[in-house]
Order: sequence, then C-alpha cells, then structure tokens
Amino acid sequence: MNSTNKVIGFILIMTVFVAVLLTGLREVTKEKAALNEELFNKRAILMAVESHLPDGKKVKDLSDADVGSIFASNIEQLGLNMKGEAVEGVLAEDIDMAKERKKPEADRLLPLYIYTEGGETFYIISVRGNGLWDEIWGNIALESDLSTVTGAAFDHKGETPGLGAEIKDNVSFSAQFAGKEIYDDNGNYTSIVVRKGGAKDVRHDVDGISGATVTSDGVTEMLQRGIKYYEPYFAKLKSNI
Amino acid sequence: MAETAVKDINSGVEEKEPLFGKKERKLLTDPLSDNNPITVQVLGICSALAVTSLVLPSVVMAIAVIFVTAFSNLFTSMLRNYIPKQVRMIVQLVIIATLVTVVELTLKYLNYPVYKQLSVYIGLIITNCIVMGRAEAFAMANKPWKSFLDGIGNGLGYGAILIIVGVIREVFGKGTLFAGTGIELKIIGPTADFLINTTESVMFGWYANNNLMVLPASAMFIIGILIWIQRSMNPKLVDIS
Repeated sequence: MNSTNKVIGFILIMTVFVAVLLTGLREVTKEKAALNEELFNKRAILMAVESHLPDGKKVKDLSDADVGSIFASNIEQLGLNMKGEAVEGVLAEDIDMAKERKKPEADRLLPLYIYTEGGETFYIISVRGNGLWDEIWGNIALESDLSTVTGAAFDHKGETPGLGAEIKDNVSFSAQFAGKEIYDDNGNYTSIVVRKGGAKDVRHDVDGISGATVTSDGVTEMLQRGIKYYEPYFAKLKSNI
Repeated sequence: MAETAVKDINSGVEEKEPLFGKKERKLLTDPLSDNNPITVQVLGICSALAVTSLVLPSVVMAIAVIFVTAFSNLFTSMLRNYIPKQVRMIVQLVIIATLVTVVELTLKYLNYPVYKQLSVYIGLIITNCIVMGRAEAFAMANKPWKSFLDGIGNGLGYGAILIIVGVIREVFGKGTLFAGTGIELKIIGPTADFLINTTESVMFGWYANNNLMVLPASAMFIIGILIWIQRSMNPKLVDIS
C-alpha cells in the first residue's frame, strides 16, 4: 500500500511538472511559431507567381517584410463558395484546405488570391489531393485568360524523398507547368496531365517523375478535380467581361 | 555491455573523480567505434533507414538525438534514486517524450521550414531504442555527469553512421550533396557543377542516378556493409554474440 502511494505520488508530481513546463514553453513560442507558419504559407502562394514578382525577385530573396508588403499591396484575397460566389468576411488565408476536404463537397470554401503586378492580373488557386503516403497540395497561378498557367508550386506531407518528394524539391518539375493550358481550343476542360513516360500533348501534359507513378497520378487527379471547383467562379468572371 | 557492470555505490562519501579522466573520455569515444549503437548494438536502425536519404535531415536528426540522449540520461540519472522501480520505464518515457516535444517546439520557433521538413522524424525520436536503451542500461546505474557523457557519446556514434549513410545515399541517389541548404552542390551526373578545365566535360557525366539509393532499402545494405567492414577490421567484435 505504502509503495503504491509512493508510485502514484511520484507519477502525479512528475506529470504535473512536465505539463506545466511544456505548456509554458508552448505559450512562449506560440506567437513566433504562428507567424513563422503564416509567412511559410504566404511564400508558398508566391511561389506560383515567382516569374512575376516585383523587381524580378525570387521568393527566397524576399525578406519577411517584403512578403508582408506584397500581400498588402498586390494581393486581393477572396473566399469562394462552391457556387463561385465570394463569401463576405472570409479571407483566403483563413481557409484551411485540409479541413475543407473533410466537409461535404457542396459546403467547401475555396481560397483565391488575385495578384496584380505591372498591369497584369493573375489568379492563384489552391488544390489538394492524395499522394502515395499522405496528402499533397499545390498553388497554381492562371493568367487573366483563365486558361494559361503562369506557374505552379507543390508541396507534400510525406512523399518519398528523391521520388515523390520531387514534386516540391525538383524545380524543373514545377517549371514545366508554366505555359500549359487547362482548356482546349473549343473551351473544353482538359486540366493538366502528369504523363508517365513523358508528355505527349505539348499544351496539356507535363512529364511524370520516374519511380513516382502514384504521386504523379495523385497530382493529375488533384488538378483535374481541384481546378474544376473554380469553374463556376471563372464562368462568372468571363460573363462579366 | 561492460558499462552496466559499473555499479553506483551510494556510500555517502563523495569520491574525487576527474571531470575528464580516462573513463570519461572512453564514454565518449567507445560508442563511436567499438560499441557503436547502430553497427555493433544494432539499435536505432528504423530511423537510420528512414531519414538518411539526404544529408540535411541526417545532420538535424543527429543533433536532435544527441540532445535527447544526453539530457534524458542526465535527468534519468539525477532521479535514479527516487524513481519507483515498478514504473521506471514509464518515467523514462515521459522524460524522453518531454525532451522531444522541447526539440519540436524549439525548431518550430527557430526554423519553421526545417521543422516542416522533419516534423515526422522528430516525433520518431521517441521510438528510437538508443535513447531508452541508454537511460535503462546506463543512466539508472551511474552518476549524472557520466550518464550525460554516455548520452552524448551514443548520440555521436548514432549521428556519425547517419551522416555516412546520408552522404552515400545522396551522392549516388541524387547526385548532390547538402540539398536543401544554401550550399547545395551537384557532385556527379550530367549537370554536375564541377567541370574539368579545358574540355568542358563533367566529372562522372555518364552517371545516372540510382533510384534504389533513395529508397530506405539501400540504407539497409549500406549499414550491412558498414557492419561487415567494422567487424573484419576489429577482431574484438567477432565473438560478441
């Protein structure tokens, strides 16, 4: 009995001590960590329009303050519903794509960043899907014709380094997306296909990654489905012109 | 394991021990060769296979494990006379888990991109058998300073193997070194950075990346070969089983 009390006492004291310690550390680091995460996500958005950043800079050359000022002056944020209407009071950066994916399709919200630089307008959309091991996601910038891709950047949670992870690590993979089109001449939706064994259609295909077929197919599926979500909004935009 | 035989005698009389005597130095150097946690004790193999596809995650993982083994040994040793025997494993686990959380929060605070890259692996330190193995086998029976050194030694021994495997896998699997850091080098392959003067040809330009090297299976082979080399060079180890 005595020794049982000692064990319970020891464990109790230790658990309380550890809990207080970790909570304290988390509280102290919370603000900076949240800011780090926000900047990390904003840089990921800017990766899609890297070819059109002010002063021809690259994303990695931008300071944290630069990222903030681009978001303040060049970017308009919208939160769209599935009918393509902008929802009042919702900013694109507040939308967590991972959470949206769990909702029924009709209730989801879509982030949209409208980037203007040098008189040109770009529409940056976000897509999310599944790779081989876990989720993959990306941001795709479209030119004002709403078909031609300006740039794309992808990321992943746990794809194999050197294989599936190349969608993020290998710049030449994402660079292929620039200039591709998501509609054919007749206005039919084609999306962009990551083709195993190499691109066949110059306008709608990119080369797949050898050894990473499942991730490549995941990107194709993600684009096919994810870009289509924005079609109602694109239709509204086109009818207004 | 010879160290476990060293019993801590609580005679109440503080023995004069040098801070860096021969025994203490041995605690640091032994795990690097004769008693290496990976190649001799065959512990911590799981994470050695998982994180070593590139040099950068190997280095960060090595630093994190050195920190965790050193301090978990230190704290376990400081508490060793108070920990109730029945729950000693749980206590060790709580100490280790706390330290890993500290590493995770600190990384999130200091360098968010690296945290993003390693988040899964950092959590996996908890499951690294070296950490708990040293706490149970050494720290429970030795004084804090010695335990601390033993932790650093074992972390270093683990880290050394990790970095060797990481270098081999990155060079032959990706053709690069230090990918993901500021000083990424393309070592071999058709687009290598090193030109042989006069004739514009590239060192090992014929080399095509070996996809097996990026898969965890290659680390198994490399570690196997390292064990083979070490055993054939060091006859002391041959009869260990």
